[in-house]
Amino acid sequence: MREAVPARKGAARDSVSGLVDDLLAGDKRAAAKLISLIEDDEAEATDALARIFPHTGRAHVVGFTGPPGVGKSSLINRLVRRYRSRDRKVGVVAVDPTSPYTGGAVLGDRIRMADTGVDPGVFIRSMATRGHAGGLALATFDAVRVLDALGMDIVFVETVGAGQSEVEIATRAHTTVVVEMPMTGDAVQTMKAGILEIGDVYVVNKSDLGSEDVLVANLKFQLTARDGWTPPVIRTAATEGRGIDELADALDRHTAYLDQTGLRAKREVARARLEILENAQRLLSRRVANRSRLGRAFDALAEDVAARRLDPHAAARKLLWPTRPREK
Amino acid sequence: MIPIAKKIRVLIAKPGLDGHDRGAKVVARALRDAGMEVIYTGLRQTPEDIVEAAIQEDVDAIGLSCLSGAHMTLFPEVVKLLKKRKSGDILVAGGGIIPEEDVPKLKKAGIKVVFGPGTPLRDIVAFFETAGKGA
Repeated sequence: MREAVPARKGAARDSVSGLVDDLLAGDKRAAAKLISLIEDDEAEATDALARIFPHTGRAHVVGFTGPPGVGKSSLINRLVRRYRSRDRKVGVVAVDPTSPYTGGAVLGDRIRMADTGVDPGVFIRSMATRGHAGGLALATFDAVRVLDALGMDIVFVETVGAGQSEVEIATRAHTTVVVEMPMTGDAVQTMKAGILEIGDVYVVNKSDLGSEDVLVANLKFQLTARDGWTPPVIRTAATEGRGIDELADALDRHTAYLDQTGLRAKREVARARLEILENAQRLLSRRVANRSRLGRAFDALAEDVAARRLDPHAAARKLLWPTRPREK
Repeated sequence: MIPIAKKIRVLIAKPGLDGHDRGAKVVARALRDAGMEVIYTGLRQTPEDIVEAAIQEDVDAIGLSCLSGAHMTLFPEVVKLLKKRKSGDILVAGGGIIPEEDVPKLKKAGIKVVFGPGTPLRDIVAFFETAGKGA
């Protein structure tokens, strides 16, 4: 099955299976084209992902989150160099926000990662959120799979500069790093729920600005062990390269912990559950939107609810179980 | 909320040694406002860096900005490297302080269009919109 992909560009026409073969042979151009297919939600993307999936599961995925300008890209840049010096192949997916008004985006994370240039063992992809909430794009972790299949040993995912509740990353990454910086708030800020609960490793970056002790103390005060792992707090100054070895050590310790305790397998199952549900939701949304039998049933149920003949909860049950409306 | 849709992706790059990127940033902003995804890679990039980034980002087109006078060396080099990497379909536009007499030579070397000082932003946006539609 070598169907042609309707390319965005006149000249480029690659079949999906050809692209997947090239990807598995380590071709970066094929990886980039496949990520675009997935991002653009092309019909061929499902087929491509199905072919890629058996070749994934090897890469360790580290998510970075924290407020804008806190130094996530600079930290990743330093870590990429460190892991490269140990001959590990490194992928990066960096997410920036899409304009809610024009749909456009300026993707600037690559600027901080310019050091890695043309290193064949590094692949960096910038991605816009395209309207997806939660600090990630819908395609982010499918892109991670592509980089996994490309042979990357470790993949860093950088979320959009996240506020307090963008916690989706923690449900997807093997290791979640929360980055903060000094002088951004008092002790109550670090007690709040949300982003400051999800880290496996905490980083106080820009420690060269001073008064980082207060933040480190506040973070340590509120951190508690989860699944037997107490998150370390690491001080770094990314632009000067300070604390990078300590951070990499912490990441490696967490990786080893996941493996030794069986936590990795547990998280994989939790993530699989989430992904199956998400995909089921997406399929359902798509099916009720078109003119299938289900779509017509959906339209009729909507009329019933609008006319107050049926309540929305009962309509939802009827949609999923048309013959057994009372189930659940 | 903007639904998922195909987006035009453009790399805006500064090859060579000049440190003036106001123009590149103005263009990046204009393309963003026209609904495109713009990857800006910052100052002092080699043609190799630019081509590598363009391939990894799977862009439709590259906008090169150069104010140092090195455009005759750097711009054609980008086109040459793209072809070498099986990515000759990525269109290349140039901008900056570029003498009139260099423009035909750049076009012959594969630069699709050259935008000099005073070019209206709508002309630049129109070029990248056409580039993204595969024309």
